[in-house]
Amino acid sequence: MSLPKVHEIPIGGIITEPGSSRRNLTGGWRSLKPIIHDDRCIRCRICWMYCPEGTIKETKGEFVVKGRKYQYKYEIDYNYCKGCGICAHECPTKAIEMVPEA
Amino acid sequence: MKVVYKAIWDLPVEELFASGHRACAGCGPAIAMRWITKTAGPNTVVVNATGCMEVTTTQYPETAWMVPYLHVAFENAAAAASGVDSAIRVTSKKGLWRSGKTNVIVIAGDGGTYDIGLQSLSGMLERGHHVLYILYDNEAYMNTGIQRSGGTPRYAWTTTTPVGRAIRGKIQAKKDIMGIVMAHRVPYAATASISNIIDMSNKIKTALEYTEEGPTFLHIMAPCPPGWRFPEERTVEAARLAVETGYFPLYEYDHGKIRLNPPTSNMVADPKRRKPLREFLKFQGRFAHLTDAEIGELEKEVVANLEYLAKLASL
Repeated sequence: MSLPKVHEIPIGGIITEPGSSRRNLTGGWRSLKPIIHDDRCIRCRICWMYCPEGTIKETKGEFVVKGRKYQYKYEIDYNYCKGCGICAHECPTKAIEMVPEA
Repeated sequence: MKVVYKAIWDLPVEELFASGHRACAGCGPAIAMRWITKTAGPNTVVVNATGCMEVTTTQYPETAWMVPYLHVAFENAAAAASGVDSAIRVTSKKGLWRSGKTNVIVIAGDGGTYDIGLQSLSGMLERGHHVLYILYDNEAYMNTGIQRSGGTPRYAWTTTTPVGRAIRGKIQAKKDIMGIVMAHRVPYAATASISNIIDMSNKIKTALEYTEEGPTFLHIMAPCPPGWRFPEERTVEAARLAVETGYFPLYEYDHGKIRLNPPTSNMVADPKRRKPLREFLKFQGRFAHLTDAEIGELEKEVVANLEYLAKLASL
């Protein structure tokens, strides 16, 4: 990551770009990786609700898994997931598995 | 409490708290921040006292906030928010404020509320500014290395209240901050927990609506895995057990009337529905040294507190 030079930053310690922490990829902190098993997921939205990083992305659309139709799909953004495991712990159907990072 | 969100599918989708912040894995306050910004929406000014959430989200030159954000010192967050609110009111009167009704929210930790920022909080509540003050309570000064605060419970281990022969963790009890705030006769004050997000979002919405009348206050339970010494995947479970064992009762103070919210109202109606306090204490390293007698003592305090609240609610 390259930091800006002193003459490039605004005076007064202000930060002008909202949400610029996205430049910092926290995925490297992870030792356990959550994997969503789509066939066991019941689309209850609980992992999305409790994720402290907001890394679980909700996509709307038509998804067919094993003959069942769903309106939503959940995916994990591994660039930012710190691997805390709250999603796997709170999942009511245990559809999220924590596997050691390769 | 006005019920804006009935179910999980009504909750707002837009993210205003960006990923990439440096909070620990499994951070409880980070869940609270995500939902505060989501519920309040983009037309919000956040004034943040020093604390975990300031240190981890605004590492210069980056910020995780996607709303106007002001970082001030521990002791003057409420005072700075009073100024922001006054500036918005004056410029609105002169027709220079073009953003309509803007929410002003103070976010402070338990150190910045219970101990250092108490005078500015009290001043803001007394002057009647149109500000929502949110306290996220992780029960110690976590970002400087787990020192005791006024919010740390009795017998909890911290680095400044070590467990040994002389003392068994913190000697004093947790301060009743809600009692202090309610004594200011504010329009609205409530407790919420990160385990009950729908309840918490409804309380944030209600509190923001009542800021038209005056200051409002929200006390949010946000467990801290490194400070409480438990595995990081159990953050939400810790918050849930805090509520279900009666350790952290959910209630609201609405224009002088106290109302207990579920599940606290259920356990007051039927004591059998309260889980034993041991379930909340046993997986936390900061309570690992407790003997059965000490757990019994804490349990008695919890029951007494619930009875006290039930009496207040019946007034």
